[in-house]
Amino acid sequence: MRDFDYIRPATIPDAIAAAAEPGSAYLAGGTNLLDLMKGGITSPERIVDISRLPELNRIERLDYGGLRIGALVRNADLAHDSAFASTYPAVAEALLSGASAQLRNAATVGGNLLQRTRCSYFYDTASACNRREPGAGCDALGGENRLHAVLGWSDACIATHPSDFCVPLVALDAVVEIEGKKGRRHVTLEEFHRLPGETPQRENALEPGDLIVAVRLPAEAASFSANARYLKVRERTSYAFAVVSAAAALVVDGGKIRAARLALGGVAAKPWRARSAEAVLLGADANEASFASAADAALADASPSGDNAFKIELARRIVVRVLMSALSGTPERLPALPASPFSNIPGVRHDA
Amino acid sequence: MTSLPITLTINGHRHELEVDPRVTLLDLLRERLDLTGTKKGCDRGQCGACTVLVEGKRINSCLALAVSHDGANVLTIEGVAHGEELHPVQAAFIAHDGFQCGFCTPGQIMSTLGLIAEGQAGDDPERIREGLSGNICRCAAYGGIVEAVLEAQQQLAKADRRTAA
Repeated sequence: MRDFDYIRPATIPDAIAAAAEPGSAYLAGGTNLLDLMKGGITSPERIVDISRLPELNRIERLDYGGLRIGALVRNADLAHDSAFASTYPAVAEALLSGASAQLRNAATVGGNLLQRTRCSYFYDTASACNRREPGAGCDALGGENRLHAVLGWSDACIATHPSDFCVPLVALDAVVEIEGKKGRRHVTLEEFHRLPGETPQRENALEPGDLIVAVRLPAEAASFSANARYLKVRERTSYAFAVVSAAAALVVDGGKIRAARLALGGVAAKPWRARSAEAVLLGADANEASFASAADAALADASPSGDNAFKIELARRIVVRVLMSALSGTPERLPALPASPFSNIPGVRHDA
Repeated sequence: MTSLPITLTINGHRHELEVDPRVTLLDLLRERLDLTGTKKGCDRGQCGACTVLVEGKRINSCLALAVSHDGANVLTIEGVAHGEELHPVQAAFIAHDGFQCGFCTPGQIMSTLGLIAEGQAGDDPERIREGLSGNICRCAAYGGIVEAVLEAQQQLAKADRRTAA
C-alpha cells in the first residue's frame, strides 16, 4: 500500500476542506477502500478519516413522517433497528443479504452508496479498464462477462453496481443529503449514481470534497411496510454479490394494485428503478399475469453486453417472484436466509 | 508519513503505540504485539480468519486501519479463555470437532462470540450457518462448527441462569 497522510478532522467543514484537496479520500468503515488500496486500484495521497465525526451516526424520525439515516450508521445497526426493519422491511432484508456479519458491523450507509464495482477487470490493474483509467479501454467487453450489465451499459463500460441496500432505497425514492464547499444539497438516489456513457470514471454526483451526510426516506416509503420484499440470486447461498436482485413494494386494496415500486440490482452500473414496470402495475389486478407484464416492461430495453443474455430472462423471473413475495405479505420475521430464493416462502412457486 | 501515537486496550491490557497509518489492526496484533492467534488468510475481508471483537462487535481486522481505531477495546482469541480454563465456545469446538487444520478456528470462535452476543440466530442451525458465512473453513468442518455453536449457546444460557439465580 502506498504511503499516505492521515487526517482525522473534528468537524464536517474541516473534513470537506481537507478532502477537497486533490488525491484525498474519505475513510469511514474502510471495508471497500482498504481492499482497493491493498490491490493498488486506488492510491490516495491523503486519507480523511470521518469515522468519528459527530452527528452522522443517528437514525432520526422526521416531523413529516420521513426518516433520516446518518451516513455513518453501520449496516448491521440499521438492519437490526426494530423500528426501521418493521417499517422498511425490504431495506433491512437487502442489508442482511449483503456481505458478511463482520463486514456489516463495519460498513456504513454512506460507504455502501460509494462502493466500487466488483468487475474483475476493474480490480485487475494489468487489465484495461476505462473506469479505473479513462481511455484505457475495456477488457470486460469480449472477456469473462457473464455477470456484467444488461441495462444502461456502453461500449466504454459494462460493469454493474454491487449494492443490495441501494436497490430498495431507490425503489422507495431515497434522497442523498450531501454537504460540500457550497453548503448542503439533496440529490435523489436515482440521480446520484450515473450510467457509464463515455465517462465511466464519473460514477456519481459528488464533486471534490463532497461528503454524504445522510440518506433520507420520504414519508410515503413507510406506506409499503406490509408488502415489501427483496430477492437476490447469488452463485452461492450466502456472502456473495447479486447475479440479479430485485426489490418490490406494493399497496394492494381489493385485489388491485394501488401503488407499486420496483427496482433491480446486479443489472446496471446503478441501482435500476423500473418505472415502466411500475406504470404497468398501477391499477392492475394483483396477480401473476400482471407481474409478468411488469417484468416484460422492466426488461424491455435490456440487451446482453456479452455472455450474459441469461440474466435478462433471470431478471424477468426474479421480478415476477419478488412481486409474488411482496403480494403474499412481509413475513413477521425475516427468513433465515434473507432475500434467498432458497428460503421457504409460503405461496410462492420455487420454479417461478 | 511519520508514525502516529495511538492507544488500544487489547484483551484488557492497555497499549500505547506509535504506528504507521498504513498498518492494519491485524498486522499490528501479529507483527507488533506477537498476538499471532488472529490469522492472516486472504487479507481482503473475504475469509474471516482475522475476525476480532472491537467494542464487542466482530469485524475483519485486515480491513481496519489501526490508527482509525485509536482508543478502542479489542478482544482477540488470546483473551477469550480464563487462564487455563477454556471459554465454553472453545470447549464446544473441541468437543464437536469444529475444526481440522485449525487455521480458521480463532476467527470462527471470535465470530461465534459475536454471533451469540448479537442474539439474532437463536438455536436455528440455518440462521447460525448464515450468521457465520463470513468465516470460511477450507477443511469444511462446518457440521461440527454448527453443533459447537449450538452447544456453546446452551452452556452460556445455563451459566446465565445460574448467575441470575
